[in-house]
Amino acid sequence: MKKAPVNRIIPFSNVDGPGNRTSIFFQGCTFHCLFCHNPETMTCCRSCGICLSYCPVKALRKKDGKIVWDSEACVQCDTCLKVCPHFSSPRVTWMTVEDVLNQIRRAMPYIDGITTSGGDCTLYPSFLAELFTAVKQQGKTCLIDANGAYDFASDPALMDVCDGVMLDVKAVEPSWHRELVSFDVEPVLRNLDYLLSVGKLQEVRTVILPNRDRENSETVQFVSQRIGGRCPYKIIRYRPFGVRPEYRRIMGEEETDPVYAESFVLLAREKGASEAFMV
Amino acid sequence: MSEALRIIQDPTLTYRQELVGLARLGESTDDSLRYSDAYYAAKEKGALCDLNEGKMPFRPRYICPDYDLLFEKGCDFLQLDPPKDLLEAVNVLEIFYCHVPSITTYPVYLGDLDRLLEPFVIRENRAYAKKVLSLFLRNIDRVQTDSFVHADIGPEDSVTGRLLLELTEEMQLAIPNLTLRYDPEKTSDDFALACVRCMLKTAKPSFANHRMFVEEWGSRYAIASCYNGLSIGGGGYTLPRMRLYECALDAKDPEDFIANVLPTYIDLQLEYMDKRVRFIVEESSFFKTNFLVTEGFVKRENFIGMFGVVGLAECCNHLLGIDDVKKGFGLNPEATALGRKIMDAIEKRVSAHVAPYCDAFDHHYRLHAQVGIDTDGMDDSPGTRIPIGAEPCMLDQLEVNEQFHPYFPTGTGDIFKFEETYVKTPEAVLPIIKASLGRGLRYFSGYLENNDVVRVTGYLVKKSEIEKLRQKKQSLNQVTLYGMGAQDGGHALDRRVQHHEESAGK
Ligand code: SF4
Ligand code: SF4
Repeated sequence: MKKAPVNRIIPFSNVDGPGNRTSIFFQGCTFHCLFCHNPETMTCCRSCGICLSYCPVKALRKKDGKIVWDSEACVQCDTCLKVCPHFSSPRVTWMTVEDVLNQIRRAMPYIDGITTSGGDCTLYPSFLAELFTAVKQQGKTCLIDANGAYDFASDPALMDVCDGVMLDVKAVEPSWHRELVSFDVEPVLRNLDYLLSVGKLQEVRTVILPNRDRENSETVQFVSQRIGGRCPYKIIRYRPFGVRPEYRRIMGEEETDPVYAESFVLLAREKGASEAFMV
Repeated sequence: MSEALRIIQDPTLTYRQELVGLARLGESTDDSLRYSDAYYAAKEKGALCDLNEGKMPFRPRYICPDYDLLFEKGCDFLQLDPPKDLLEAVNVLEIFYCHVPSITTYPVYLGDLDRLLEPFVIRENRAYAKKVLSLFLRNIDRVQTDSFVHADIGPEDSVTGRLLLELTEEMQLAIPNLTLRYDPEKTSDDFALACVRCMLKTAKPSFANHRMFVEEWGSRYAIASCYNGLSIGGGGYTLPRMRLYECALDAKDPEDFIANVLPTYIDLQLEYMDKRVRFIVEESSFFKTNFLVTEGFVKRENFIGMFGVVGLAECCNHLLGIDDVKKGFGLNPEATALGRKIMDAIEKRVSAHVAPYCDAFDHHYRLHAQVGIDTDGMDDSPGTRIPIGAEPCMLDQLEVNEQFHPYFPTGTGDIFKFEETYVKTPEAVLPIIKASLGRGLRYFSGYLENNDVVRVTGYLVKKSEIEKLRQKKQSLNQVTLYGMGAQDGGHALDRRVQHHEESAGK
């Protein structure tokens, strides 16, 4: 049975694509973003055991070398996430497609569809293809929230059952992209073009960072010229909430000023992204 | 200090509020309508409650006049001809409203405003129609100063419906309460979305399950007061309530409660209702001489008695010895199942009772999930709601509601408080409402976390008006006071917020 690590499932979400959607967050990521606000989804647990002793309610234990999390006992204090040195979380469940379907079954009547996210859910493409096939049979749409590392063009089976991709373009200048997320920008931009060409670019997002005028405008200009009015462009303000302290020192302790961010919405519109908006 | 003196010295009461208070006091001096000793004992204990309906009922509690008839033939008593244009139409309504009695002294049902006014509105240009409607709404807000004043719209889209939504948003008034009668086949998504948008900005309209109500009442039903289902051209005689938590205190265990305690209290409440209904019909002059009756705007046979219950959650939790509400009714399948059993038992016994003067309803009373009053505190949650502070996630809460709403043709509902971002995503709210109504939900209300107009337990108040009362100033809306009580005693504004998940900067 194919399994994938699921960090959590949110039955109703209004911010992960159009309408009311169930969001499924997978564990593990190809990127390592400085401003990640849920860094505990970056890697899969190495079972080092460090977090065990910190749990105030003994909801964590080790069994057969693996960490077992007692969801009933857990009080969601997030201590384990903060102490994990590996950007991971012990509160992850390895699930089969069947398991996920069972979990989301009750939400089905109320939702327009599902959105898979992470971490980076495209680490598990065949799992997604199977999940989407089943969900689509129930008349619901399936969206992927992606960092853009995965080569979508190489996976027609997944693209067949995926209704759209919400793509993060965090930067376009190669060295800055590398510094920011520890990964090349080239595959992201290739995906941008590919998804546009097949009509499956659901939305592009860019985080506007404080005090990064040049980088911000380069990215926004590039993306806007590429996508034009063909899909929404979501301008997001950087918020230090959830960002690891050591990275907050680099990225800043302040959230991006809304007026400053708004100026990039205007820039985006000016450069052709007629559907640019800020959240 | 005498009660009368207290009323006339209270700095927070307006003249009209004093008048109503003094009238209540006067009514309470006559004790000649008597009930059994057992009834008084149950009332004393707090197991049964008459909602301060007054000792001498001189009108039915809720009255839903047939406004179509008014527009068709006018009103002799009020010397009103059938209206010929929009100005006349709203003027006729404004006058008529002032003569519709109710428990609150204000009309609890203003009519299906969009349907009534549409023929007149479409003959005018839009700007003029909007102006007239805005004055109409202002008149209602300042003259019918009570949040239980209620108007209905839908299920179809209309120019008038749209204008009313626009004005509701622009004017931000707590009065009137507003309901969209939603039918998936008759209500377009576009109109429903406009209603959601308006609801997120103003806490109204609420969404009523049109199909469910039509099945029970026929197409001529009204949503009045908080969320009460009633017949147009009729209404509700009386609404007492069983306070289920206090009832449960008499029981040894759940079985004892269902087998012995519950039937006793049900019968006492039925006795009380029968006597009151008879008194209203046979003794008081309302059904003999009031122009609403003599001119046919209401018919006696369209009235019904409303059998209220409150505090099912606390009742179940007590019977199962559950102290932590977060592990109780609505969150714990055993407690929820017990709730079903109790409601089945109540429904069965009440529908076996032959009620006087309920001709149009097979001679039976119908159940009502009473919304609570300001003095209930945290002892009894409204109707069958999950206690404030214990609400599970929205999906779970809806599923519980869907099980309990079908029991209550004369009204029930739940309220959902949405986090700020939802104002930009009404499309994320509509599918939830649609699905839930399709699965048995009767009535859905929502509002946005930080609005001034908020829904308390079933009615709307302005937070800014509650503040006025706290500063010992008067509030024109006589319901603001209940809002303050519900906020202080029942923490009614602290209900769980439906949050989105932050997805920024991933
Ligand atoms: S979040 Fe849960 S598992 Fe982690 S430390 Fe807190 S209680 Fe323990
Ligand atoms: S969650 Fe982190 S700290 Fe805990 S066992 Fe896994 S890798 Fe170690």
